[in-house]
Amino acid sequence: MTGPAPREEGAPPAGGDGRPVTVLERPGRPSGAAGPAAGGATRRMRWWTPYAFLAPYLALFAVFMVLPIGFGFWTSLHEWDVNLPAKPFVGLENYTELFDPSSVDGGRFWLAMRATGIFTLFSVPLLIVLPLLVALLMNGRFRGRNLYRAVYFAPYVLGVAVVGFLWRFLLDGNIGLVNHYLGLDVQWTTDVPPAWVALVGVTVWWTLGLNAVIFLAGLQDIPRELHEAAMVDGASAWRRFRAVTLPGLRPVTVFVVNATILASANMFGQSYLITAGAPADQTKTAIYLIAETGLRQFDMGTASAMSFILAACLMAASALVFGAFRDRSAR
Amino acid sequence: MNLRSPGPRDTRGLRRALLHLVLALVAALYLSPLVYMVSTSFKTREGSGSTEPQWIPDPFSTGAYREILTSADSPILTWFANSLIAATGHAALVLVTAAPAAYALARLRFRGRGAIFTTVVATLFVPPVVLLIPNFLIVNELAWVDSLPAVIVPAAAGAFGVFFLRQFFLTLPGELEEAAELDGCNRWQIFTAVVLPLARPALVTLFLLSFLTNWNDFLWPIYVLLSPDSLTLPAGLGNFQGANSIRYDLLMAGAVIASLPVIALYLVAQRWVIEGISRSGLKG
Repeated sequence: MTGPAPREEGAPPAGGDGRPVTVLERPGRPSGAAGPAAGGATRRMRWWTPYAFLAPYLALFAVFMVLPIGFGFWTSLHEWDVNLPAKPFVGLENYTELFDPSSVDGGRFWLAMRATGIFTLFSVPLLIVLPLLVALLMNGRFRGRNLYRAVYFAPYVLGVAVVGFLWRFLLDGNIGLVNHYLGLDVQWTTDVPPAWVALVGVTVWWTLGLNAVIFLAGLQDIPRELHEAAMVDGASAWRRFRAVTLPGLRPVTVFVVNATILASANMFGQSYLITAGAPADQTKTAIYLIAETGLRQFDMGTASAMSFILAACLMAASALVFGAFRDRSAR
Repeated sequence: MNLRSPGPRDTRGLRRALLHLVLALVAALYLSPLVYMVSTSFKTREGSGSTEPQWIPDPFSTGAYREILTSADSPILTWFANSLIAATGHAALVLVTAAPAAYALARLRFRGRGAIFTTVVATLFVPPVVLLIPNFLIVNELAWVDSLPAVIVPAAAGAFGVFFLRQFFLTLPGELEEAAELDGCNRWQIFTAVVLPLARPALVTLFLLSFLTNWNDFLWPIYVLLSPDSLTLPAGLGNFQGANSIRYDLLMAGAVIASLPVIALYLVAQRWVIEGISRSGLKG
């Protein structure tokens, strides 16, 4: 066995330059490689064969993907407690209540949205710049490169539960190593702003390697000839970085920025395990509140409405990212 | 500065040394917390609560492991088995359902193919948070709450596996399939005898990624699994921490136990995991 499977994919799934994903356009492949097979394939096939291939997946897709999207919206229009027989229709009341900051649910919701916003705002830039720096350092041939890569990536494999326990211990205000070695006496898990520093720091530690390997893959897809041509033209290292590396990384960057915003805006485990939302729910993120509201207090109508508002914000953020990167290419 | 001319040998050597210094410092920031986790798991209760850092446990003790493995509050072996069954079952379900679907979307021509593919891919852009509450209600209707199917099945509806495998199938040369067809194979035979063996690297990668994602999943299992005996490892330890917030020796022993399978998998298949993720951009 040589390397892993999808070596040839130039662009990540999100469709690098903002176009919808078009997998059929595969630069560098002989045209029609898929064509004749697809054509020839139909000859001896019963009409229902393709549907039989698709059926098991589509059954799952229908029940756990399509149905819940509609059902979730339906739920958000009701006062819905799974344990109560009566689930009265309330129209948009769940939404109007959330948009009223003086209501109980509205107040809690916007406090949680604020937490999600703060976390996203501070974690995303670090999770772009630091992994890019690490990827640039590792983008060369030298002894030990794969070992470094494996080490930086390891926490991501461990998962949020292990990482959360570990840092809860290291960040302990009384016996934690962090305070000891920094010579501080900070309550990282119960005090803001230190709790934000802790949550952002742990998240960077946890997922730096993930973004770094994606950037590294992107760097290695930039044709060597472009760098060589720039060198022949006498371009300095910095100029080559600006003129060759950054534009070459654009599709990967759009993808990483987008995926990181979504991941940060869905931050749950770190907050649950390290701060438990403390102090006074200030670090309780939106998804944390949605889960607690819907799946602990069983106020599923309100929780569904919250999740649709959060989803709308996330989709708006994605649109902004695609828009920002498209403008830059037009200049 | 112009990097074009290599410059004297010693500057290059210096730069290389500096590179290794920086990378090694970063690596130390990654390894030392993990070392301290393992170290603490071999401390006594008192040792783990010491205010002075203690990198080598003194006294050395396996008490935390013995306590966590035998305590009635933390049936950790049951959690371990649950996680193993869930992650394996989930990864297998993803392969069994996604592979034929991806093959049909990559190679077969039929009415509705474009619409089905577009719909499936579009859900990659749906923020998963909107699925949380309704999928709980659906799982509840199926009477799966508090049982393993709840953490095995719903996530297999995600579009990632189909998308990932379809891309791979498109890169396979079509000639072998045509030859098999001339030999009289039907579609299913072509798929199982020709395509799947060729796709083994992609299938292994997808299996590993699905296994890891499921093993590490945290939010969904802590809300959908309730009784102590049905929890997965991260969910069980999550509850456990709430009850024993000061027992860091137990917590670190639990974390080590939860890490062992994924670390083992990672050591064996590190390259497949990293390249699979870096090329597909899976985001947990």
